[in-house]
Amino acid sequence: MNIVVLVKQVPDTWSERKLTDADHTLDREAADAVLDEINERAVEEALRIKEAQGGEVTVVSMGPDRATDAIRKALSMGADKAVHVSDEALHGSDAVQTARVLAKAIGTVEGYDLILAGNEATDGRAGAVPAMIAELLGLPQLTQARKVSFDGSTVTVERETEEGLTTVQASLPAVVSVTEKINEPRYPSFKGIMAAKKKPVNTVTVADLGIDAGEVGLAGALTTVLEAAPKPPRTAGERVEDDGTGGTKIAEYLVGQKLI
Amino acid sequence: MPAQRLLPSTEAEDLIALVREIARDELAPKTAEAEAHERFPREVFRLLGKSGLLALPYPERFGGGAQPYEVYLQALEEIASAWMSVAVGVSVHVMSCYPLATFGTDEQRERWLADLLAGDLLGAYALSESHAGSDAAALATRAVRDSDDYLVTGTKAWTTHGGVADFYTVMVRTSDDGARGITCLLVDGGTPGISAAPPERKMGLTGSVTAQVHFDGVRVPVARRIGEEGEGLKIALSALDSGRLGIAACAVGLAQAALDEAVAYARQRTQFGRPIIEFQGLEFLLADMAAAVESARATYLEAARRRDRGLPFRRQASIAKLVATDTAMRVTTDAVQVLGGAGYTRDFPVERYMREAKVLQIFEGTNQIQRMVIARDLRNG
Repeated sequence: MNIVVLVKQVPDTWSERKLTDADHTLDREAADAVLDEINERAVEEALRIKEAQGGEVTVVSMGPDRATDAIRKALSMGADKAVHVSDEALHGSDAVQTARVLAKAIGTVEGYDLILAGNEATDGRAGAVPAMIAELLGLPQLTQARKVSFDGSTVTVERETEEGLTTVQASLPAVVSVTEKINEPRYPSFKGIMAAKKKPVNTVTVADLGIDAGEVGLAGALTTVLEAAPKPPRTAGERVEDDGTGGTKIAEYLVGQKLI
Repeated sequence: MPAQRLLPSTEAEDLIALVREIARDELAPKTAEAEAHERFPREVFRLLGKSGLLALPYPERFGGGAQPYEVYLQALEEIASAWMSVAVGVSVHVMSCYPLATFGTDEQRERWLADLLAGDLLGAYALSESHAGSDAAALATRAVRDSDDYLVTGTKAWTTHGGVADFYTVMVRTSDDGARGITCLLVDGGTPGISAAPPERKMGLTGSVTAQVHFDGVRVPVARRIGEEGEGLKIALSALDSGRLGIAACAVGLAQAALDEAVAYARQRTQFGRPIIEFQGLEFLLADMAAAVESARATYLEAARRRDRGLPFRRQASIAKLVATDTAMRVTTDAVQVLGGAGYTRDFPVERYMREAKVLQIFEGTNQIQRMVIARDLRNG
């Protein structure tokens, strides 16, 4: 089975993340950039499917030049090749524009059976791109998967949301987005790191994909961030002296916060 | 703040990123508990082995990472910052592979090196004995020829991974000709007649097993002899030159961890209404700690680059070991001082760092022996 995995480079959740003052886009200089954790799981799932059924795993990413680091991580885990859409014009693109670009980029990969993605990036958190891509490509979408299985050309997914668990099925090709419960991703090995250097990465611009630069980027975005403010610093917590009633007081507090 | 490194290649950068990720997610969360319960984390070595981190400086065709020491040592340093016992274990394993990799015949390397480097096996280096420490040439463990085998009998001391190792690189006596009567053997850990004493009860590195290893008529094929009879001490000292660079890197990693802990604490701890890092008394202490850590790193990297270029580096390795381990002792002691009463408790890691630092000045050649090596090199010109 040939699989496309969508990956994104995001600011490390371990470092302080900021938006720029100028245009409220991500301040890429402020934080270490890493392959998004949810994408590591998508890559892992693709590799497991490949290991079981054969085929090829292609990583597709949209991002600035340094997103090559994230792409290389996916390749060092074991993906076979990559398409990297890198273009200054993409700066500030919203979810719809991103989906359009990625759909075109996926179109450059021949004979794919499955498109895998994380359900939601840890930075933008729109959680909409996989569904939009399915729409644009006219493919079935099976989002929020915690388990994926195959029977011939049918894919079955256990979909888990706050509302509950649903089993959904579709014919391939299809778009599947995965949640954190899908698997535990592997670490690359150093052999994988050395092998990744030799794997093909096709770097393309929006023009290469047949997209007019005016259709993407901040100016043409359908959504605009008007204002952004940093999270207020954490306030001092409430202190409870345990005089034997500590447990009760904690329970009362949690009930008060509607947590239990 | 993680150490800022200048690395020679993209693959080295990716390697350090991988080591940091594994150190942060798989090592650091387990360190305190395993050390407190004196538990040897064999499974952590399996993960490192699977990731290729037990074979970094060895040739690719035997499964190694083909990395220069400049890169291998910085990866080791990152491991040491998260878990000292594990880093020392990696350094010892890498040193145990060194005699076969460097002095073994092509046939011997074809036969065994890939297994040693594959990541499943863990090695031990058995040179010291109870009466042969700094005076290694006084060792008495004897190997007697019996047709195509040696029969090895004696007791090795202070063996890291003693009793848990899959193979032992052992220095034995094959003749009474003093330093010229020593021979190097690669011994399978499962050979009948090998047994280990209960592990030493140490001040630090409690997650690492250190034990006496008894050899009681252990049959070792002559095919497993590395080098010729009588070349053992030369091989042992050559292994130690590289091993000392490993210990220097471990020491810098430990000192970096202590510095990071001290800085983090001094930023958030307030006295007299402001963070204590704003008081000059501590500012200067922390600045001296940072200067010492970065100087020690530069010192071992200089020695490593000489090694990578094929230049003599014995003196530089001894200087690196001396400087880095004395730095680790001072910086960890000062980190306890920065944390004050908190630093003296087991609720913070710095008291453990201080205990771990002490042995670095003692093993793989005491720092007095390092001075001797340096001075001998100066004398001989």
